[in-house]
Amino acid sequence: MRRRLMHRFANPARFLRIAKPLTPWLLWLGIALTLGACLWGVFFTPTERLMGDTVKIIFVHVPSAWLGMGGWTGIAIASIVQLVWRHPLAGVSARAIAVPGATFAAICLITGSIWGRPTWGTWWVWDGRLTSMLVLFFLYLGYIALSNASSEKGDTSRVAAVFGIIGAVNIPIINRSVIWWESQHQKASITLGGSSIDQAYLVPLFVSVAGFSLLFGALVLMRMRTALAEMRIEARMRRMADY
Amino acid sequence: MPHAPFIIASFVVTGVGISWLVIASYLAMRRAEASADELRQQP
Repeated sequence: MRRRLMHRFANPARFLRIAKPLTPWLLWLGIALTLGACLWGVFFTPTERLMGDTVKIIFVHVPSAWLGMGGWTGIAIASIVQLVWRHPLAGVSARAIAVPGATFAAICLITGSIWGRPTWGTWWVWDGRLTSMLVLFFLYLGYIALSNASSEKGDTSRVAAVFGIIGAVNIPIINRSVIWWESQHQKASITLGGSSIDQAYLVPLFVSVAGFSLLFGALVLMRMRTALAEMRIEARMRRMADY
Repeated sequence: MPHAPFIIASFVVTGVGISWLVIASYLAMRRAEASADELRQQP
């Protein structure tokens, strides 16, 4: 049943029929929620007792971290689907995730560094969490280079897919780094069991995560549509050259 | 140490990063889809 559903969207025309109307909805809802959550977080949340006003940086830092890690998880899942079931859109979606994922990982690193200066007294420390997040950013760069190189050669970017699966090893390392090693970074504040964050920050944080996630979805759809249009152009040019 | 410049810098970096990504992705999509449609209409 799940397999049949998966292959239902293997047809690019069928996928585009859903993606085209969905893109503006995700984009505008994502922009509205993100802007609303950031304004709420900056102007209507109280100053935190220990961190002061720098706590407001979490409204951009946490969603970026979530999407940096979630993006690579998406690449790994799409790569498995590409290699195991040869789903034609899986490779396209993995490649579409790479640049947004790298951008959000970079935003996470930069905003974390900006937060660290007034809170820890330093821009950067080489501890487990920060270093593994930096490794994730470099993995994204490697994936982008590999998938660009293989698409230029015209093959199905199998090497990039294998790299996407192997790179997923870093995701649990990032997640567990604050437990496995001594770290300046605080332990996980939100777990499956609950949250240690006050409601005044938690609600706008969830809205912000939702807004960023919808924006990410819109970005991936736009980049997939671009890739599919370029494939149509290439196929058409090849047919014209044959005549 | 005043916190405002750090907060402003974080939001500016995020805003610029996401805006660049959205605008670049949107323009690339529009350009590619327009070219594909134009080619399809050619005999």
